Amino acid sequence: MNRRQLIASVAAVTTISLAAPTWAQDEPLKVGFIYVGPVGDGGWTYQHDQGRLAVEEEFGDRVETTFIESVPEGADAERAITQLALAGNKLIFTTSFGFMDPTINVAAKFPDVKFEHATGYKRAENVATYDARFYEGRAVIGTIAGRMTKSNKIGYIGSFPIPEVIQGINSAFIHARKVNPDVEMRVVWAYSWFDPAKEADAAAALLAEGVDVIMQHTDSTAPLAKAQEAGAIGFGQASDMAAFAPTPRVSSIIDNWAPYYIKRVGQVLDGTWTSEATWAGIGDGEVVIGEITEAVPAEVKAEAEALRDRIGAGEYHPFTGPLNKADGSAWLADGQVAKDEELSGMNFYVEGITAEIPQ
Amino acid sequence: MIDPVALFVLLLSASTPILFAALGELVVERAGVLNLGVEGMMITGALAGFAAAYHTGNPFVGFAAAALGGALIAMPFAALTQFLLSNQVASGLALTLFGLGLAALFGKPMEGVKAPAMAAGPLGLNWIVWLGLLMVPAIWWFLNRSRTGLVLRGVGENHDAAHALGYDVRRVRIAAIAFGGAMAGIGGAFISIATVLQWTEGMTAGAGWIALAIVVFSNWTAPGVLAGAWLFGGVTVLQLRLQAAGVRVPVQLLSMAPYLATIIVLVAISARQKFSRRAGTAAPGSLGQDFHALR
Repeated sequence: MNRRQLIASVAAVTTISLAAPTWAQDEPLKVGFIYVGPVGDGGWTYQHDQGRLAVEEEFGDRVETTFIESVPEGADAERAITQLALAGNKLIFTTSFGFMDPTINVAAKFPDVKFEHATGYKRAENVATYDARFYEGRAVIGTIAGRMTKSNKIGYIGSFPIPEVIQGINSAFIHARKVNPDVEMRVVWAYSWFDPAKEADAAAALLAEGVDVIMQHTDSTAPLAKAQEAGAIGFGQASDMAAFAPTPRVSSIIDNWAPYYIKRVGQVLDGTWTSEATWAGIGDGEVVIGEITEAVPAEVKAEAEALRDRIGAGEYHPFTGPLNKADGSAWLADGQVAKDEELSGMNFYVEGITAEIPQ
Repeated sequence: MIDPVALFVLLLSASTPILFAALGELVVERAGVLNLGVEGMMITGALAGFAAAYHTGNPFVGFAAAALGGALIAMPFAALTQFLLSNQVASGLALTLFGLGLAALFGKPMEGVKAPAMAAGPLGLNWIVWLGLLMVPAIWWFLNRSRTGLVLRGVGENHDAAHALGYDVRRVRIAAIAFGGAMAGIGGAFISIATVLQWTEGMTAGAGWIALAIVVFSNWTAPGVLAGAWLFGGVTVLQLRLQAAGVRVPVQLLSMAPYLATIIVLVAISARQKFSRRAGTAAPGSLGQDFHALR
């Protein structure tokens, strides 16, 4: 290629790229997703990808979706999000807590791109946040756990000590204790969202402590496998984990992002999208309780389902007073309901949990 | 409060995957090859083993398939480094990335299904845990007492001298790489078949890198590898066990302890090298160097 041809082709490319915005209207809306784990994790990321597929199904040719999986939380996330923005995505979902600051930083550089950050609390003109009230589901499985434990020791594998996880521990404990006043809660922090070997070790450590019901806020099935070996029970996390039914998996908390993703993509398409904070729960179908198997006695199943329906209908809030904090100080008075702002910054255990939250 | 015997049992199974992978890498490095593809070979073994165990219903067939899968995936690395003399560090990293991607691709049909349960071996421990423990003296004996092991070490220490003596450097190294792959494969399969009972993408979660660190920590000896694997596994289960018992522990500090120990060991070894006339690290002399027979 001689110099003249080179200049001509550069000029042509420049013309095309400058001209692009004028016919961009007819192109499909590009929607990008950033995942923290692999799509095949069978848990958290898998469920987000199911939501992405539901968007494709719903809008067909009008949207074009892409995703980047296994993006580490931290500095590298910024590069991945920027990459999606540069690729012409006009709506980008970043689906893990640790993507919060990277999302805000990238959003400042791309004011005409809309961002949706899952489970965070920082918003901007073009950054909305969304989350699910997982603690509502924890209340239901906490009830089952309280009824099913024989050793009166429930184990909980936490990922990171952040409000979302602490809400779950508190909610599960409150409702386990409601049906079984002798229940104790043992918490182990894995410091990972997804590390099957470590989750298995954590479950084994809990089982060695005499725990016979394991709850998890990590995404692999390893704790269920360990529970099975020891004859204990557990619950599916994020995804149904039905391969372990009817026991050790006696029920599950399923994240169902599809309704939210379809709604928000639709709003971008018809121009009504605004930055807001969404926190939906059982009532909106965003948190789903998986089938309660026959390993659970019928009356316990009925009790759990009744609780689920009352929460779903808005008749009952899992954090309703009287409740004290673990240090003995009063938190909620009788009948008082926790405010969302309090929950989204929750950094304390409720009374009865003897462990301490690592700082 | 915490039963030390029960803790030791937890330690044994927690350290098994990294023990296998590190023993394999030990033999590879003693032959003078630095293979950074341990993670890729582990994940390949995890998938191959899981698929075989699932389809045959026999976990032991699964482990055999894992060994085969790990060895096979290491062969492109062997071809690249031994015949085409490409850079071992880059080729090893490529093997890790290739293995992770390949396993993710072929693992799609395996998602959501469960592996057959495995009967426990003597003392309630998994058979593979026992096999791992047996491999430690076996590899020590092989490296230090057998003639083949002497040749292998010779190749690793000075490949030109070994070549001059008439040994086939390339063949020894390819065999070592295959063995390393097979061991890493078994280590990975222990996670998928014996620990998690399911296949998920990326399930080895960095165990291969820890195995590489352990080989350095061990100063290239089999008992040292066992000590390293137990240190890493032990700290992990101890801190989890303490948390489960409700003891307040500085989790972050404990988590970094094995890495800290590796640095201290390395510093101690190089200090010994500097201040005394005795040999320092036992790192093989030709480690990571390409061999090209000129004559």
